[in-house]
Amino acid sequence: MDFEDTKEEAAFRADAQAWFAANAPTAKELEGMDGMQRAKYWQAKKVAAGWGCIRWPKEYGGRDASAIEQVILNQEEAKISAPETGVFSIGQGMAAPTLMTWANDDDKARFVPRLATGEDIWCQLFSEPAGGSDLAALRTKAVKDGDDWVINGQKIWTSGAHYSDWGILVVRTDPNVPKHQGLTYFYVDMKSPGIEIKPIRQISGESNFNEVYFTDVRIPDSQRLGAVGQGWKVSLTTLMNERASIGAGGGGVKFDSVKKLAASVNIGDRPAIEDSAVRAKLASWYVQEAGLKYTSYRTLSALSRGAIPGPENSIGKLVGAVKSQDMASFAIDLLEQEGIVRDKSYDEAIGSLFQDTYMAIPGLRIAGGTDEIMANIIAERVLGLPQEPRADKGIPFSEVPTGS
Amino acid sequence: MGWTATVIPEEFGGLGLSYLELAVIAEELGRCAAPVPFGSSVYLATEALLLGGNQEQKEAWLPTLATGEAIGTFAYAEGGGQSSPKSLATKASGGKLSGRKVVVPDAEIAQFVIVAAASDSGDGASLYLVDMSDAGVSTESVQTLDPSRSHAHIDFSSASAQLLGGEGQGWGLLQRVLDRAAVLTAWEQLGGSEACLEMAKNYAMGRYAFGRAIASYQAIKHKLADMYVKNTLARSNAYYGAWALNTDAAELPLAAATARVGSTQAYYFSSKENIQTHGGMGYTWEFDCQFYYRRSKLLAVNIGSEGLWQERLIAATEQSNVA
Repeated sequence: MDFEDTKEEAAFRADAQAWFAANAPTAKELEGMDGMQRAKYWQAKKVAAGWGCIRWPKEYGGRDASAIEQVILNQEEAKISAPETGVFSIGQGMAAPTLMTWANDDDKARFVPRLATGEDIWCQLFSEPAGGSDLAALRTKAVKDGDDWVINGQKIWTSGAHYSDWGILVVRTDPNVPKHQGLTYFYVDMKSPGIEIKPIRQISGESNFNEVYFTDVRIPDSQRLGAVGQGWKVSLTTLMNERASIGAGGGGVKFDSVKKLAASVNIGDRPAIEDSAVRAKLASWYVQEAGLKYTSYRTLSALSRGAIPGPENSIGKLVGAVKSQDMASFAIDLLEQEGIVRDKSYDEAIGSLFQDTYMAIPGLRIAGGTDEIMANIIAERVLGLPQEPRADKGIPFSEVPTGS
Repeated sequence: MGWTATVIPEEFGGLGLSYLELAVIAEELGRCAAPVPFGSSVYLATEALLLGGNQEQKEAWLPTLATGEAIGTFAYAEGGGQSSPKSLATKASGGKLSGRKVVVPDAEIAQFVIVAAASDSGDGASLYLVDMSDAGVSTESVQTLDPSRSHAHIDFSSASAQLLGGEGQGWGLLQRVLDRAAVLTAWEQLGGSEACLEMAKNYAMGRYAFGRAIASYQAIKHKLADMYVKNTLARSNAYYGAWALNTDAAELPLAAATARVGSTQAYYFSSKENIQTHGGMGYTWEFDCQFYYRRSKLLAVNIGSEGLWQERLIAATEQSNVA
């Protein structure tokens, strides 16, 4: 493990720092813009100067940079107060690599540069009510009609569908072959007639996801990526590009915030931080937090040597989410009766961090691969254990038991 | 192989290598649950001499420690739970040491022992170096959870003792020795924990139940994935500990406690779940699972329990405000 930049990395970091120092948007610059406008403004500015989507080829707005350079750029950008650009992550992180791999040259030239600059926002229409962990069990169907395909069905958990211009979509074009073989991949204009978007209200009270209904939505065959029946293979390109969230700080409840709380509330007549049971719990969480931090350093060292991050990176979410949940729960306990108050103005210093985290983490433990799926990935792809036998293997999708 | 000589400077007949090399050796000793007097002599006695010994003491012992001809050990526990300067009944005066130390590793094969005794000055304790062949030293062997390693109580009755380090500076010196031993022990624990995962994996791949390898059942898969996760995090913390030890970084106390707690938790988990994965066979004397289950507990308490190191960790964050 190496904690220092190489000479080239240090030079790149200095360049990035200098550019951010000179170009970080001022409050005046952003005056009057809403969050989306700020994101688009900042993204366009970065790309124009060669500091956005740096891993992409030059022709699409990038600079053919390495993975470690991307990490360094993320670290440096995190140090300034730039507008949040998370709205682009699905388009740039998943749609763009898929288009670059599977689209024809005209489509690449038409869409990829606009993805880089943030002019277009894309969403991902994969998950369905009956296809979550078992994504290939999706049922939304497409039927060929002349030069078009007619889509009927429902997608779910679609982040940002309501503000997206385009979506990447996997549908079933043949129910009479085994499930992976009957899928086809398209991209779709989100303003197409027949698309209806309904926000989902989460237990946290927020709405980050949507249900997307398709009723006789027509998609031209020219918007197909890959061959008919090749949708699973194309999907894998998308899924493999799901951003490894390395180098980022991450939110949620941290050791520091619970330790501070423990110094400010009492157990018996003493500060909780003096209680040995509290100290033991805090220590174990510190060990996990440090372990995650140094594991990400090891990944960075490997990236720096040119290695590709593997499935071992599933550890971060698997450990981090439940740790944050347990720490939030413990912090609420330390607060006794006051612990259930969820009001940002109640505590100036920390707001409602513990209560918000308590309500947010159940979703994080499910999104982007449940804890159980992550454990399967580690067991199968890292340790090499065999898959469970699958009851749907080799039989036509239409004959697979569904429980309904 | 020169392993005992790894970090001993060349002027004392050692190899003068770094703690990173020693960490690799520790990991491999742990992986095979080696029944050797290594931790006692290398992580504790050698480190204490390197940190606190004067030139004469170093010349007397380091060259033979390097060749492996001499074995040293370290004795501070007196029973009744955690030790503190106030609890020490062992005392020295006029170069003579008396008292009783319990469950000292390799006491019966060591040539010398470094002993913590009460002091009226400084931090309340001083360290002494005692030759095990002294007429005032006697041992009483003791059965432990891990019979592959030897332990004994030591009685000192006016045994000749040389002060190691300053009078009244023993407790501080002991803590520094423990921090260093904690990093190296963490690597040994990690090696053992990795061995447990490997054993459990191999067994689960070959053992069939209900017509398929038990490794294909999620109940087993998730257990092994848990082991992998704990080992990976423990390894990352152990790397950081090795770095801190090797560079004598100011955050060594925090890094050492972090590595120690992580490895202790990982090894306990892997060693018990390895038996579980093996089913009934894992509980038999014939299988090796027991070696690791026994060793995990020996290494979990030999330089202080998980609880003690959790306390040291939090105390270190309070001291340095690094967290």
